[in-house]
Amino acid sequence: MCLAIPARIVEMTGDRAVADAMGNRWAIRTTLTPEVKLGDIVLVHAGYAIAKVEEEEARQTWELFAQIADMETEQNQAKGAEQ
Amino acid sequence: MRLDVIQSACNELEQACAVIGRMVQVMEVCGTHTVALFRHGIRSMLPANLKLLSGPGCPVCVTDQGYIDTVIDLARRTDCLIATYGDMIRVPGRNTSLERLTLPNVRVVLSSDDAVALAQKHPEKTVVFVAVGFETTTPATAVAIRQAQELGLKNFTVLCGHKRVLPAMHALLSGRNDKIDAFLCPGHVSVILGSRAYEPVVKNFNRPCVVAGFEAEQILLGLAKICRQIADKRPTVDSVYSLAVRPEGNPVAIRIIDQIFEPCDGPWRGLGCIPDGALRIRQQYADFDAQKRFGIEQIPAEEPGGCQCGKVLCGLMDPSQCGLFGKKCTPDHPVGPCMVSTEGACAAWYKYQR
Repeated sequence: MCLAIPARIVEMTGDRAVADAMGNRWAIRTTLTPEVKLGDIVLVHAGYAIAKVEEEEARQTWELFAQIADMETEQNQAKGAEQ
Repeated sequence: MRLDVIQSACNELEQACAVIGRMVQVMEVCGTHTVALFRHGIRSMLPANLKLLSGPGCPVCVTDQGYIDTVIDLARRTDCLIATYGDMIRVPGRNTSLERLTLPNVRVVLSSDDAVALAQKHPEKTVVFVAVGFETTTPATAVAIRQAQELGLKNFTVLCGHKRVLPAMHALLSGRNDKIDAFLCPGHVSVILGSRAYEPVVKNFNRPCVVAGFEAEQILLGLAKICRQIADKRPTVDSVYSLAVRPEGNPVAIRIIDQIFEPCDGPWRGLGCIPDGALRIRQQYADFDAQKRFGIEQIPAEEPGGCQCGKVLCGLMDPSQCGLFGKKCTPDHPVGPCMVSTEGACAAWYKYQR
């Protein structure tokens, strides 16, 4: 439950922003990270940015999520083939 | 994933464990680590004398049944609207869960912000926000309370179930399981608290504390650092997650937690009452405290018969050693809390190691 997801801030008005992770976009708040700017990458947890992070951290996590998604698709296909 | 980094971390781990020459028990405090360890197949890559223990680091798992029962009681009231994170709806109380009740006034929210919006949209109801989670999640609840106050909302309340990770680590080493040699510290809790927060654990108990993120290389690097520290008999606080975790954490988040909440003794499911292990809403924000608004007294509950979640959460037992595991207790029909949450130790073992 404590997992935070890196996402790029693509819109921002005050402490309300829109974040983008791998094409998925959602509304977040930047109340806890007043230093962030449009275009920054932040860790988002439960709708709040909790830290500004570097591109490298985000890239690693996005790659990991893509791998997990691929793996789960494969597993589901394998299950489908069994049935 | 950088294979060279993984290879060198594995080599370092082998060497350090060879020097130690006895069984080493490292507790991964965080449920997200538990799942990541299985997903990456890390458990199969470890030296034979390194044992990983899954800790009490899943907020859903350590939420006391008495709290769940209170939520269910409030959900039965027609004047209340329950706003909860999705993780909580499957957790069984003494008799039932929110999911099984299928009540019309339970809403799953993605953020505390959504709960405030619900209160604005439904002035005829009192919104009860089911606030669980560790320090990663607590600041969002604090912001919501502050915002509700600024908006002058009279129908927004919080049932505070927030817990503090560090007192639980202290409690484990102070008696519940003093065989833990070191902690792999939670990545995202540490984003808020900062790596420095673990210094008292090192100072008081002489145990290494290393913060890691959730990629395979980070976890292996973290374990390698831990075992090197044990081999050298030089425990310290370290972090291999410097891209997100600063020594001082997130000061804005720490400040707002402190503004709205104060530490109190509180029940952790499976672990019992932990001194300063929970948070309560400060008196000046009592208007937003669901417990005070509805005059609730929470009664900590007994564990279901045969359930060994308490021992699992302390690292005293592997999930598969519980008599209910995989038989009476499965992810579809969970008995204990560790089987309910996908980040619970038992659910992770069931999915990956059966």
